[in-house]
Order: sequence, then C-alpha cells, then structure tokens
Amino acid sequence: MALPSPATTEGSDPVAAAQAATAGTGEPALVGRSPAQLMWRRFRRDRTGVISAVIVLFFVLVALAAPLISAVYGKDPYTTYGLDDPGLLNAYGFPILPNGGISSEFWFGIEPGLGRDVFTQLVYGIRTSLLIALAATAVTTVIGIVVGIVAGYTGGRTDYFIGRAIDVLLSFPSTLFIIAFMPVLENLLVKPDEETPVWLRAAALITFLTVFGWAGLARLLRGNVLSLREREFVEAARVTGASPARIIFKELLPNLWTPILIQSTLLLPALVTSEAALSFLGVGMIEPVPDWGRMFLRGTEVYQSDITYLMFPGVALLVFVVAFNLLGDSVRDAFDPRIRR
Amino acid sequence: MLRFLTRRTLGAAVILVIIAAVTFFLFFAVPADPARLACGKVCPPETLAQARHNLGLDQPLFVQFVTWLAGIFAGRDYEGLGHCPAPCLGFSFVNHAPVFDTIVDRMPVTISLTIGSSVIFLLFGVGAGIIAALNQGRPLDKIASVASLIGASVQIYFVGTLAMYFLVYQWNVIERPRYVPFTDNPLQWAYGLLLPWVVLAIIFTANYTRMARSTMVEQLSEDYVRTARAKGMSSRTVILRFALRGTLTPIATIFGVDVASLIGGAIITETTFSLQGIGRLSIQAVLNSDLPMLMATVLLAAAAIVVFNVIVDALYAVIDPRVRLS
Repeated sequence: MALPSPATTEGSDPVAAAQAATAGTGEPALVGRSPAQLMWRRFRRDRTGVISAVIVLFFVLVALAAPLISAVYGKDPYTTYGLDDPGLLNAYGFPILPNGGISSEFWFGIEPGLGRDVFTQLVYGIRTSLLIALAATAVTTVIGIVVGIVAGYTGGRTDYFIGRAIDVLLSFPSTLFIIAFMPVLENLLVKPDEETPVWLRAAALITFLTVFGWAGLARLLRGNVLSLREREFVEAARVTGASPARIIFKELLPNLWTPILIQSTLLLPALVTSEAALSFLGVGMIEPVPDWGRMFLRGTEVYQSDITYLMFPGVALLVFVVAFNLLGDSVRDAFDPRIRR
Repeated sequence: MLRFLTRRTLGAAVILVIIAAVTFFLFFAVPADPARLACGKVCPPETLAQARHNLGLDQPLFVQFVTWLAGIFAGRDYEGLGHCPAPCLGFSFVNHAPVFDTIVDRMPVTISLTIGSSVIFLLFGVGAGIIAALNQGRPLDKIASVASLIGASVQIYFVGTLAMYFLVYQWNVIERPRYVPFTDNPLQWAYGLLLPWVVLAIIFTANYTRMARSTMVEQLSEDYVRTARAKGMSSRTVILRFALRGTLTPIATIFGVDVASLIGGAIITETTFSLQGIGRLSIQAVLNSDLPMLMATVLLAAAAIVVFNVIVDALYAVIDPRVRLS
C-alpha cells in the first residue's frame, strides 16, 4: 500500500469547496476540519470576496434566465423596433429621445441604426460572452493540466520538446494571428456562397483562445510537478510500487488543485475580455447573435452622436471583470493565507 | 554572459523561423489567389500568369518559403517589379511598395506610443506601489489598491473612446490625437500623443502597482534590509538602495512583456485613436489580404517578444547579483 500523501491524509476535495464557495452555498460543517472547510471558513469571513461572489452569481443568473427576463420585459434582442416604428429613430438612424432613446418602453435605449433593444441585447450578450469564455477556460485548463503533468512527470526529452513548444506559443503574436487566420479558416471551411454558421465562429473562437491559452498554465503546473516529484510522499509511493496513474491521480493531482483553481478563476475574466476585444476588432460573434464585444464595435462607430449605446456594455463588462478579479483574489487568499498581496 | 547571450540568441532565432514557417504555410496554403490580388481588378489570364510568375507563386510552397527567408538576409530580384535589397520582406500586394520601407515608415508612430506610455506607467506604477507598501493598511494603500483594481479591469476601447468623447469632442480640452515626428517638433509630438499615452498608462499601471507593492512588502522584511536599518542607514537609503533593487526583478519581467507587446503593434489602441502605426498596418494587411505585409507584421511582433525575453533574462543578472546565467 502506498503511504498516504499530505493531501490524502487531510482527506480534502478543494474543488468541491471552491464550487460551493463560488456558488455561494455552504454545506453544514462536518466534524473535523478539512482544508476545504478551512478554506470555506476563511472565504466566508472575507466580506469583499462574498460580495463579489454575489455579483458574479448575479451575472450568471441573468445569463441563465435571459429568455425569462426577455419574456417578462416583452422584447427580444433581434427585432428591429426602430425600423418598424418610425417614431423612434431620426433620419440619420439615431434615437430621437435623449440619452440613446431611454424610455419606460426601452429601459436602456435602442441601438442606433437597426433600432434593436439594448436591454435584451445586453442580457443575452452575457450568455454569449460567458459561454465562450467558460468553454475556453474549461478546455484550456484540461489541456494545461494534462500537458503540465506529462512534461513535469516524465521529464527528459518529452519535457524538452513540450517546453520548446510552449516557448514558441508564448512568443506568437496571438491577437494578430487570430484576426488574420479567422478569414483563412472560414475560407477553408465555408463555401464562398454560404454564410458562416454561428456555431462555427463560436467553435473557432474557443479553439483559438484555447490554443494560445494553455501554454501559460502548463508551464506553471510543470514547475509545480517538478518540485512535488522530489517530495518524500511521491518517492514513498514509487518505492512501494504504485503505478504512474496512481501517483499522478492520487499523489500529484490533489496537491495541484489550488494553483489550478486560482489560475482558472483569473483566466475566465481574461478570456471574457479577450473575446470582447476580438469582437471589437471584427472577428468575434457574427450578427445577429447578441454579443458584448460587437456592442463595443458598434458603440465606438457611433459614439460621437450616441455615447449611451457604448456605456451599457462598457460599465457591465467593467463591473463583471472587477467582481471576478476580486473573487479570484479572495479565492487565493482563502486557499493560501500566507500570500500577502 | 557571452555564452548565455549566444545560446539564447540562437534559441530566439529558431523560434522566429518556426513562427514564420507556421504563419507562411497557413496563409499561403489558402485557396485565395495572391496573384489575383496583386494583379488588380481587371486582369487578363496572361497578365495573371505573369504576375504569378513574378511573385514566385508558381514555385512549390517550400521553395517559396526558403526564397522569402533568404530574401530577408540577401535581398531578392522580382521579375517585373525590380530588385528588392536586403532586408527584403517582399512587395505589398496592394500598392507594390517594398514592405520593409512601409514598416520603417510606420515604426516611429508605434515606438513613440510605446516610449511615452511606458515611461508614464513605469514611473507611476512602481511609484504608487512603493508608496502603498510603505503605508500598508493606511488610506493611501487602500486608494492605490482600488485604483489599480479598476485600472486592471477597464478596456482600452472603452476608456479610450470615453476619453475621446469627453476630452476631445465635448469639452475640447485636447485636440484629436495625431502623430507629429519628434524631429519636427518635440512639443507637438508629446501633445499629439498625450491622450493615447495616458489611456494606455491607465491600463498598464495597475499591474506595476500591485507587483511593486507586494514585492516591496516582502523586501522590507528581508534580512539585509533589516541589517541596513540596524546599521543606522536612513530609511531613504535603505528603500532606494536595497529594497527597491529587489523589487526590480519581477518588474523587469512584466515590463519586458508589455513593451514587447506594444512594439509589436498596439492594435486596439491604434484603432481606437486612429493612429497609423504597426498595429493599424497589420489590421489593414488582414483586410486587404496583403500577405507579404501580414507576414512582416507577424514576424516583427514575434521578434519583439523574443528579443525582449532575452534582454530581460540578461537584465536579471545585472539587477540581482544572486542570479546566475546558466
């Protein structure tokens, strides 16, 4: 039998705790204190952390309940209200009412040009941004974990080549490459006379964000594995004849959850803003799918005449990213109180 | 040091060739015909074949890549377009100008943008971080941490556009950003770029404040700092000569990354403020399917990252004598 590792003795599942923490629902304390419980107790005392968790949760709920909100509100993000009703937009396509056409009818105003409802665009836009960022974060994290552990654990030539591949990827001018390669990819996959399907663009975005995202996490985890590999408990497991799979899953992985969780909480807001930036540069989600990045693009085109349209996605993204960054800091503090920021 | 630099430079060169090859094959392998773009709208078949031949597009892809790569060092001759002296990055498909000349032409804008903003964000970022660290837990520290949190979370296309709207169009505080060569008029140069500098600095400063604060806090509890204090050195000397030096290593790392990314083309910033630098050039190259131009900008951006990595690693040894280059 393998000797118990530090993490297994303490019998922890930090991820479950973190999920509980981010979801804002605590489980009743059990007898004894696992690291997960300690983390949760520390987190609960952190007022900033709890508030930011609530804000993040609010965004997630709004994204989930988008169809419901839209039904209650009585409008959808696709109908061109401004074009259908001549009383809303002036001859130049700008809202007639001040402040971007905000009224009791249209809470956040209407989009210049097409005259769509801003409130529902914003609500549905969270879905697009969050979904793409979540998917990219999940895939990035999995690839980062696998490659990082393989490189750190096997060492030797495998480690060398993975290391060089990471070097190349981190030197790639990723934004420029994605912008340039998106039309190329569509040229290859879509016939010239067809429209690019929405799912293809979303899949391409997730793929590109992943391709340029995993290298950083893999490099970090490789370093962690390299130092863990030399620790006594891993050596003991190896001496007692534990299989590599057992060593990786039972000895190494439980000790890696903390950096993984911290990195992915920081990665998600970064990917939300990357996706918005790509949309702003014209290679993000395509019409008519509501998307924050595209609202920025349209907003910067018309800002001289109608600044209001830019304000809503701008402030919404700012609040979301601030809350998520604060949450990330609190998660890190709760996990590792020694780190002083 | 010399061995370290040789090894790292070779490594950097290999990375650049790989990045160039990946970009080249992905873009040139596309069905869109570069010769047709180069030839223009009305293009009879024989002219098209001639254009294809002149650009070397009738050669196998691998030969094309090697010729392109060799051209950077040795220059190359294009039939019908003339000689392209080294460093030759080809001719633009759109206006047939030598790509290298266009890059040289646009470079000053991007470099000016980088220099101005990096001076601001380095000074303010590190300064604020040190002040926050020396005032731990006091109001100044809290203000710095809130400001850096917001700064780290705002987007350039949002703040930049807001700044344009209010400062330029609504209140007329400052003129529209524009580029005046430094050699023409240094004052106009600084005035024309002030707004983009400040906006870029808002985004980047936050990182430096947080980094400088956390390492400074660590440094202040180091043994050698305590020893220096115990010897009776003034706190100013202790902070500037000992603690500050220790904070410079992590600062140098992020500074290298940031400057490299700016030199490679601040795409979003240049788009937001309509400045004609490398970032705009690369976007225009994409929109026009101008492959030689695009290759050049990708290579330039990658080169900036790779070169600054080597510089930063070499700087470590200068900043921190404990670092051994091996």
